Amino acid sequence: MSRDDPKAVEAENRLLEAERKKLARDGPKLRGAKLEARLEKTWRRPPGFLGWLATVDHKEIGRRYIITALIFLAMGGVLALIMRLQLARPDNNLVGAARYNELFTMHGSTMMFLFAVPVMEGIAIYIIPLMLGTRSTGFPRLNAYSYYMYLFGGLMLWGAFALNIAPDIGWFAYTPLSGPQFSPGKRADIWAQMITFTEVAALAAAVVLVATILKCRAPGMTLARMPLFAWAMLVVAVMIIFAMPSVALCSGMLISDRLVGTQFYNHFEHGDALLWQHLFWFFGHPEVYIIFLPATGFVSVMVETFCRRPVFAYPVVVLALISTGILAFGLWVHHMFATGLPRVGYSFYTAASMTVAIPTGLQIYCWLATMWDGRPRFQVPMLYVVGFIVTFVIGGLSGVIIAAVPLDLELHDTYFIVAHFHYVLIGGAVFPLLGILTYWFPKITGRMMSATFGKIGFWILFVGFQLTFFPMHFAGLLGMPRRVYTYPAGQGLELPNMLSTIGAFAVASAVLLFVINGVVSFFRGAPAPDNPWDASTLEWSVSSPPPVYNFEHIPVVESRTPLWDEKGDLPVATGLRVDDKEMLLTTVVAATPDLREPVAEPSMWPFIASCATGIFFVSSIFSPWAIVFGAIPTALAMAAWFWPSETQRHPEPVIG
Amino acid sequence: MLALPLCACSIQHYQSTFSDAAVEVRQFNTLFAIFLIVCAVMYSLVIAFLVGGIVRRRRAGEAYVVETGKHHETNPLMRIGIMVWGATVGMGLIALAIASFFADRSMARAAANEKLSITVTANQWWWDVQYNSADVSKTLRTANEIHLPVGVPVRIILLSNDVIHSFWVPSLAGKQDLIPGRENDISITPTKVGLYRGQCAEYCGTQHANMALVVQVEPYGDFLKWWQDSLKPAMKPTTLLAQAGYQYVTTRECAMCHTIAGTSAGGTVGPDLSHFASARSIAAGTLPMNEANILRWVDDPQSVKPGTKMPKVPLRPAELNAVTAYLETLK
Amino acid sequence: MSSRCRTNNSFLAVATMLALVACHREERHNEPNPFGASIKAGESPPTIIPGTAPNSPLDPRAADYDNNAPAIAEGQFLYTRMNCVGCHAHGGGGMGPALMDDKWRYGGRIDQIAATIAEGRPNGMPAWRGKLTEAQIWKLSAYVRSLSGQPSKDAVSSRADAMSAGTPATLTRREPVKNADTAGR
Repeated sequence: MSRDDPKAVEAENRLLEAERKKLARDGPKLRGAKLEARLEKTWRRPPGFLGWLATVDHKEIGRRYIITALIFLAMGGVLALIMRLQLARPDNNLVGAARYNELFTMHGSTMMFLFAVPVMEGIAIYIIPLMLGTRSTGFPRLNAYSYYMYLFGGLMLWGAFALNIAPDIGWFAYTPLSGPQFSPGKRADIWAQMITFTEVAALAAAVVLVATILKCRAPGMTLARMPLFAWAMLVVAVMIIFAMPSVALCSGMLISDRLVGTQFYNHFEHGDALLWQHLFWFFGHPEVYIIFLPATGFVSVMVETFCRRPVFAYPVVVLALISTGILAFGLWVHHMFATGLPRVGYSFYTAASMTVAIPTGLQIYCWLATMWDGRPRFQVPMLYVVGFIVTFVIGGLSGVIIAAVPLDLELHDTYFIVAHFHYVLIGGAVFPLLGILTYWFPKITGRMMSATFGKIGFWILFVGFQLTFFPMHFAGLLGMPRRVYTYPAGQGLELPNMLSTIGAFAVASAVLLFVINGVVSFFRGAPAPDNPWDASTLEWSVSSPPPVYNFEHIPVVESRTPLWDEKGDLPVATGLRVDDKEMLLTTVVAATPDLREPVAEPSMWPFIASCATGIFFVSSIFSPWAIVFGAIPTALAMAAWFWPSETQRHPEPVIG
Repeated sequence: MLALPLCACSIQHYQSTFSDAAVEVRQFNTLFAIFLIVCAVMYSLVIAFLVGGIVRRRRAGEAYVVETGKHHETNPLMRIGIMVWGATVGMGLIALAIASFFADRSMARAAANEKLSITVTANQWWWDVQYNSADVSKTLRTANEIHLPVGVPVRIILLSNDVIHSFWVPSLAGKQDLIPGRENDISITPTKVGLYRGQCAEYCGTQHANMALVVQVEPYGDFLKWWQDSLKPAMKPTTLLAQAGYQYVTTRECAMCHTIAGTSAGGTVGPDLSHFASARSIAAGTLPMNEANILRWVDDPQSVKPGTKMPKVPLRPAELNAVTAYLETLK
Repeated sequence: MSSRCRTNNSFLAVATMLALVACHREERHNEPNPFGASIKAGESPPTIIPGTAPNSPLDPRAADYDNNAPAIAEGQFLYTRMNCVGCHAHGGGGMGPALMDDKWRYGGRIDQIAATIAEGRPNGMPAWRGKLTEAQIWKLSAYVRSLSGQPSKDAVSSRADAMSAGTPATLTRREPVKNADTAGR
């Protein structure tokens, strides 16, 4: 019809207006139990196995991420126990050299790629929409795709291990050892392709998080009122977007060298073995902050709730998060201090590596000041916060030590480094993780975890951790290099290694106790009220567990601690449709209502597309032609997924 | 005399940074001590603040918590504290960075006066050592063991024939990687006579754990004598058994990969064996040097060091004994 | 929990196929079982009968090395270090015949190549029996076969870390194996 005819346009507008008025929306006329029932009907996914595959509910996807990551944690942990048994005595022969090399490669790769980043993403995917006061993440189908890609990557790697073709090149796979000449067969290709899977998954999850945090917040939740955990995840998601392409590139180049004989890492043909290290560590260093910063978000959450006040100096914490995220990209050469690059250049990276300690130090001050100002209650999550501070700071300080080139040249690639990174990763990420899982367990499952066993588990973990990893500092100083399946007697290494082995079993028991606590509490724990910890953020305003549609009405926020500052009911924004899935988009900074965005319906296409992509990736390990032939079904699946439908609704502006 | 110094390995600290056997490791220990003290002070401050926050008694109504309604206020001391803390951390880190820089510069200065030059080429999983000399007839090729004169700065040029390795003798100096396609170097000035063990410190494949080397630091006169003795061709076998072994070694599989100076064995794939029996260990630190171990290694290297490039040569018992007897004579 | 219950049939199918292929390709034989008789001279084709195809059975030890990635990689190492390059270049030949083409005077099966290496051949191929172990000869034979593209492509290394010497092995076309007579055709 003619767009120029004003009368026709007028008529069409009136028709649309009438249509809109007929739609059911939440508000004063529709609320309470009737509203809940209709929202439930609209938002729940189809039942059955196919519905389970097709879900786009961020809570379901988040739960899957967390459970899968915890299973990988357990599997990687078992590998560590086997390694520790082998190292308990000098000249031991429990595990041979080749098998041990597979074990540490699998342990590192599992922990870094299949546990640490996914569990943080999974928790964020679950809790961020609830914390920000919205009904869904942005891009829910991409969210589902991201989980399946992660799962397939992990299954491929562990499938290879089960088939006795595990990679044995170390979790960072330096060339030329991982190159075609020195790693025959397909083990290294499987490792490199696992990177591709998990990197695609992480990028997809990062895009989802950025979109959600920037555009899907509740009205009134300006950036300055956003919870610190959301800030942490925003910084982390942006870091993922910048860092992951580097590892995708270098692992892709490795696959290319191995599959079709390109020369990227062959210095005889003007490639360079060090190119791998630069590209990998350009990703690898931000990666550890991608793991650590969400944990700082967890700590901010727990400190606020259990000290009964918001974190001290909110702007300082936000700026610390952002500056850590930026600085993290300027440190990578500190992994390469022994490679013989110019010493003057190294001084820059020493300075940068020390500088990054400042924002983290300020965050720690802010948490401690919060404790000082507040009245801390030492329930289980707060115990983990204290354990975190005691442990992580040791790791941070050992990091400052190895930031100095003359010190790193002795300590690089020794057990001192192993001690350092386990202190910062377990102390800095796993302790807060266990605390936050205890904290959000009631919200996710509707039950409380046992506090008694939580406390017992914490103490076993804390003592066991120190017993395991503190002696490793000495092992390194006494001359024990990394990645050795055995060591000779008579160097004084027996005692540190035996202590580490004993401690490792304590750590494993603590983790096992935590899991048992979780499982038993899931079935028999005390039922949890909406807000068992009397916390301040929006996720505690809904039931435990939340309804599938999250919020009956979208809340409106007027402070950083809405549940503490609003007396009585939260103010809400009304007007979202009830019979179709719709969410409210707000502006990036000021969070004024902007658009009503239709939310994607459950769909099988993310699953199908991820299967197609998975087959594409796995078969391209074996043949370059798979890249061509595998791309076709992937493209078809993506096309079907994104195919615009005639009935597709468009975002509508918010009026009034 | 077959030495068994690795059994005198109840010497702790011969592969340890707790050492003062070289200029470089002393600088490490000094700087490490400075860093440790500063870091310990910082840690104590953090713990003190933490413990204070846990144990302090807050008068009723004084705490800045939601229950008192004062959760948006704070103790003014905290504001001052954050600036003091930030300044302290910043200044501490600047001090450490300056100390690190000065240590680095002083190590670079020490590295400018080397009198001795050695080239180490790393292979999977052994060290090929060559003593460089202006007089080519004096260049010496050996394996897995380095002798150094005490007090003399030495420059070790680092090359690799295959993957990335790392040269590390903790009791003497920090490490430096050996990267194929790059020529790196490291400077060591040993100050104490003794025996030190080093190990490859960059994962280089299956037998990375068994790629050790021994550094013997000795007085200058002893060092020169060792160099001269090592330049001599291999000793001729005297006993019948050793002669039979000599026959086998120089005409069969061994000669394909190994060189024995003064014989027809001229292979360059594996270590030089001219003075094999004088070394402290077999296969880069995998086994201590003694007759039983020589026999064990020659009989089946793959069971001792699986994956090593030396194949299992199917020797009959008589041949095995002969070869072992001959190798033992190579002092 | 739920994630364990899911089945993905196509993935299982692919994995099963991989499993059947994987085990052999990646096996590391540090030393195979000690064997009795050495590589037999009788496995060469009888070259005095032109045009007759060899029909002697494949030596059972061949299975350990053919299509085995670590063996081919070891063979690549030995090919350079034992100076096969001196006569055969990187497969193009020189003083010695080309190894990357389809002509095999003394047979192109892996056990025939092993016999050639072990025994030597007229016109200059030295005899390596007693200089290289049996296992080394088998590994070299596996590698030599890769020069003409015989092994399956997932078992070969694409290239060495060396100056480029032609098509990467993973893209080398598989040449047919023609057993020539002594006339050299």
